[in-house]
This record gives sequence, structure tokens and C-alpha cells, in this order.
Amino acid sequence: MIMIDTGDRIAAKAAQMARPEFIAAYPITPQTVIVEKTADYVESGELDAEYIRVESEHSAMTAVIGAAVTGVRTFTATSSHGLALMHEMLHWAAYSRLPIVMVNVNRALGPGWNIWADQSDSLAQRDTGWVQFYCASCQEIFDTIIQAYRLAEMEDVQVPVMVNFDAFVLSHTSMPVEVPDQSDIDAFLPPYRALWKIDPDDPITCFNMLPQSEFGALRKDLHDAHGRVKELIPGIASEWKERFGSYHGGLVEEYLCEDAEYIIVAMGALGAEARVAVEELRREGMKAGLARVRLFRPFPNEVFRRLARNRTFIVVDRNVSIGSGGGVYSELKSGLYGFANAPVHGFIAGLGGKDLTFGEMCEMVRKVADGRAADVEWWGLEE
Amino acid sequence: MAVKNLPREELVRPGSGGCPGCPSSLALRVTLKALGKNTVFAIPACCAVVCLGAYPKTAFDVPVVSIAFEASAAAASGLAAGLKRLGKQDTNVVVWAGDGGTYDIGLQALSGAVERETDFIYICYNNEMYSNTGIQRSGATPYGAWTTTTWTGKTEQKKDMPAILRAHGLPYMATAVPGYPEDLFRKVRKAMSIRGSKYIEILAPCPPGWRFPMDKTVEMSKLAVDTGAWALYEYENGQLNFNLKSKSILEKKTEPKPIEEYLKLQGRFAHLFKPDRNEQVLDEIQQRSLADWERFRKQVECGVA
Repeated sequence: MIMIDTGDRIAAKAAQMARPEFIAAYPITPQTVIVEKTADYVESGELDAEYIRVESEHSAMTAVIGAAVTGVRTFTATSSHGLALMHEMLHWAAYSRLPIVMVNVNRALGPGWNIWADQSDSLAQRDTGWVQFYCASCQEIFDTIIQAYRLAEMEDVQVPVMVNFDAFVLSHTSMPVEVPDQSDIDAFLPPYRALWKIDPDDPITCFNMLPQSEFGALRKDLHDAHGRVKELIPGIASEWKERFGSYHGGLVEEYLCEDAEYIIVAMGALGAEARVAVEELRREGMKAGLARVRLFRPFPNEVFRRLARNRTFIVVDRNVSIGSGGGVYSELKSGLYGFANAPVHGFIAGLGGKDLTFGEMCEMVRKVADGRAADVEWWGLEE
Repeated sequence: MAVKNLPREELVRPGSGGCPGCPSSLALRVTLKALGKNTVFAIPACCAVVCLGAYPKTAFDVPVVSIAFEASAAAASGLAAGLKRLGKQDTNVVVWAGDGGTYDIGLQALSGAVERETDFIYICYNNEMYSNTGIQRSGATPYGAWTTTTWTGKTEQKKDMPAILRAHGLPYMATAVPGYPEDLFRKVRKAMSIRGSKYIEILAPCPPGWRFPMDKTVEMSKLAVDTGAWALYEYENGQLNFNLKSKSILEKKTEPKPIEEYLKLQGRFAHLFKPDRNEQVLDEIQQRSLADWERFRKQVECGVA
């Protein structure tokens, strides 16, 4: 079935078809439509789940944790300030090894109030232990949400997964999406079987005090699970492609990279814009390529080390770590250090939803090629 | 029910990390006797987390989900919904939280859970301070009490948390003390028999925090009732019903003992007695208590809570 709809409504559809048994959510622009539509699915009987309309995002994530320890599949969604309010419980979910799936619509954090696209919200949660995907189309949103459950619930993963996409550019933009039959989704994503759960017949205490002697080992176990995530995602994406046809890359979507001298690195909807830039630059005779980061946590260092030989990277970050720089830029540089000497240029651009066109990305690449670019530049600010 | 007839089954195992004379542990033991094994606990940051013991051991013989400080009522919401999915609606979902996690940082989540009519029992063991961090002032600390953040005595009154809960229109709430275990037992059993959100607040006189000998916990909790510093009552169907000695104080059949008798045994109020008696503050505390009882009488008389 082809469904033509916005990113938010596609995300709600994917959540419905993943058959979570529990949803707790709190509305925030521009995620609100997901909260509304999933509530509608439950009230109409199209989704058989408990739905709690909580009083804050902190309680949304906490309630999801409470339900997840009973061994049921869970879903929630948030954005920006809501994600920031969840911060403490994001750690709790990951360190509890609960395979929760959450959508985050990337939006700027205030002040000043700004509801537009900016990845600084989820980048600020990079150290919480969650796997982070970033999507570039509504089809990818649908596919990634279903795949996220498959990944999170694997026995040697057991890690929560955050599926991110850009405010308005994707959340409120309609695109055609191929939606598989429910039976085919069910075959790809069987019912969740928890490895452990709260049960009065077999009482356990979860998350009590953890002595120094045990603490580091449990953190390493989570870190190691992230390592396995990188090994497992390509297989999940390939299986999806075989079953349903759509494919968005594994850890990184590589486009025209084989002979590329200049590779644009971008994440989220900017990755789709960068693809157009690459085609434009190719028409001009420049050997350009795109490496779109689908997975930010764990970061695909291995992919970039492979791509790095004789290449120049141009990173476009719609986010900033104040005092450091673009999030993808610094991850990429630290991942390459000691493995490759590829030059890496960073552009911090499009913050707070400011438009960034493929033409501007072409100009960034030309500037780098001409030797006019600094290591890091803030792009497109009014002089 | 007489104390000797309480169930013999112990669901708090030996090896609890509680201090000697811990009122929370005393009350928890009785509470679990009432709840039985078909129970799940959510416990936020508080002394009870320490009493659980450290991984991989636990002092609880029922499942416990330890959760962040402000989050226990939200966790209970998720637990209750998850258990419902598993067809285990009959499992008691219980929060066991201190006054900091209830009156202050956890108030939002508690208010939300009660407004949503979550089917759970929220139990606050109220030791009138942040005890786990070492005796700091909370919203439940009484006027005049020394803490390590009110060195010369708290200058504000405690908030009336039970009234805030009643304003949510919940079906049942009750107060209790560890010194009357049969009363606590009955109230927990009563809460279990009612669907929806139930709130029980247990006064928890804390020997190290209140500065009194560890063998006086039970006595101190009874003295709180006898002096009228603490009222034992239940709230059901919009009606307040007082229990035990509090009933006769309400009905003026018994005069409450002077509140000084309760205060002077606690080191946290020592500055009110020496080097000189602080008559003004002592009188304020006494008058405030008597005014509370007048308010209770009017509420009962008018049928409002």
C-alpha cells in the first residue's frame, strides 16, 4: 500500500504496525501529531495497547520504563525540550537494558523559542547509552522504526533506540511511503519475548545500588552491545531490502563515493539535500560523493576509515556543541585520528531551521576545493 | 486484628541496610504482611533503597523496581499498565517513597498518576526531612525543627500533603504510625480492596535524624499521636474518619498531651529548650496544632475534606 503522508503520521503508522503494548507520551511541537495519531489508533481499536497520557516527558520515559520491566513492547515520542527533560531517564532506560523505541523529532532548544529543525537536542543525548538513527525521508522513518524494534530486542543487543528526523522538513512534509502488509511486518518483527521481567512469582530487585566492583563491568557490557549494533544493522537493512524493497544504507548511506575526491558528510534531511548537491557538482565535473550518517550512536568509525583514503570530507552539521563545534565533525575527526590523514572541513549550518540549499552545499565544497575554507566555518549567518 | 495475629510470613529478609530503630523498616514489614507476595514495589531514591541492600543482594522478597527520585508514581503507572497487559490486574502496585520524593521532587508525577486514576497504592514514609542525604529540610519538615539546612530551626510551616491528595478526589487515603501496626495493617488491607489511586502516609520518627535514642521509635510515634502532633485518620467517599486516640482527641473525649512532651525528647527541637526556653516558638507550635484539630473538627462536622 502506498501511503502519502507526513513524517509524523508515517511514524505513528510505523509505531502502530510494530504492535507496541504500551505507549506513554506527552505532546510537544512538532512531535504532537504522533501523540495524537497513536492515541487515535488505540481508541479506535486499530492498536491493542495501553496508552497513558502522562503529565510530562520525564514521566513519559519513566512510565515506559515501568511498563518495559513487565516485559511488554513499548513506544514513545518526543522532541527538543521534551527530550532534554527526559535526560535522566534516558540513562535509566539504557543502563536498565530495556529495548524501548522512541521517536525524536529534531528541534532547536530555547531560549529563544524556536520550533524548527536542529539536531542539537539529540546530539546532547549522545552519552545516554541509546542507539541513535537519523532519517532523510518518510520512507526511511517508517522502515527505521520497525527495524529499530528488531534491533533493540535482539538477545545480544537489549539497548533502547532513538529514531530521529527533522522538524517540519520531515515531520510535516508529505511524501509517498510504501507500507507493507501487517502480516509481512509481523514476519519481520515477531512478538517481543523479554529475557527477564518483573514477576511476583519470581521476585527480583531491579536497579538497586551497584558497588564499585560491579559498576564498570555493566557499563562495558552496554558499550560492547553498541559494538554489536554496528555489526548487526547491515544485516537487518539487507533483510528489509529483500523483504520489502526499500534500502537506505547500513550505518552510512554511501552515494557516488567510489571515485569521489570530495565527500559531503551530513545527517538527517540535510543528507537528502546533499545528494542533490553531489549530482550538481558531478555535472560540473567535480568528483563529489555523499556519506550520509544514518547511525550516530554508535558512531560508524570503521566506515569512515575505509572511505578516508585520498578523500576530503566536508561535514555539514545542523547542530553545535558550544565550545567544541559540529557534532558529526568532531566525531569524524576523532574516529579518523591515527587511522587516516583525510582532511576534514566542518560547516555549522541551518541551525534553528534556517534553510540550507543544495546550492549552498555546492559552494561549501567549491570553497574547500579552492583552499578558501577554514577548518570550521559557521555558514550562512547574516553579516 | 491483634498484632499477634498478623501473618507470620516475612517478606523483608534479614540483612536490610536500615539503621537500628528504623521506622520505615518497621512499617514496611507490617505493610508487606498486609500486601502479601502478589506485590510489585517502585522505590525512588530514599532510605528504602539503602535498606534494599546492594546488587546482587536484596532484602525484599517481592519484586522491586528502583527508580529515579522524582519518578516513582510515573513508574507505577507503567508497571500497572504492563501488569494489566499480562493479565495480572490483581497484583498490588505499590510505591514506597520518603517525604522528599513525595512532598517535593515527586509531587508532579504523583499528582499526574492520581489524576489519571492509576490503580496503585502510594505509601509515603514521612520522616520529615531528607534523611538519606543526612537530615536536610523538606516540605514536610515541621516549623521550628533543626536540620542541616535549617540550623536555627525551620522558619516555615510544613505543607498539608494529605489535603493536596484529597483535592485530587482520590477514593482512599489514610495516615498511620509504626507504633500501631494493627491500624497500619488494616489501612493497607483497606487500600488493597479499593480500585484507583490510594495514598497512605506513615509518620516515621527517625532516631538519627530527629536525635533520639534508637529504642524509642515506637514510643515516639505513639507520643506523636497522643500529643496531637500527628493525626490518625482515613478519608473515604469524601468523609474523614479518625482512628484510635486521634478519634477521642477529635471528639474532645481526650485532651491531647502538651506537644512539648513530644518535642523535648527530640534533639532536633533542643534549641527550643536550652540554653533558654523559646516560649514564642513553643507556643506557636502548640497553637498551630490545636488550630489543626479545630480545622479537622469543622471538616468532619461539615462533611468536607
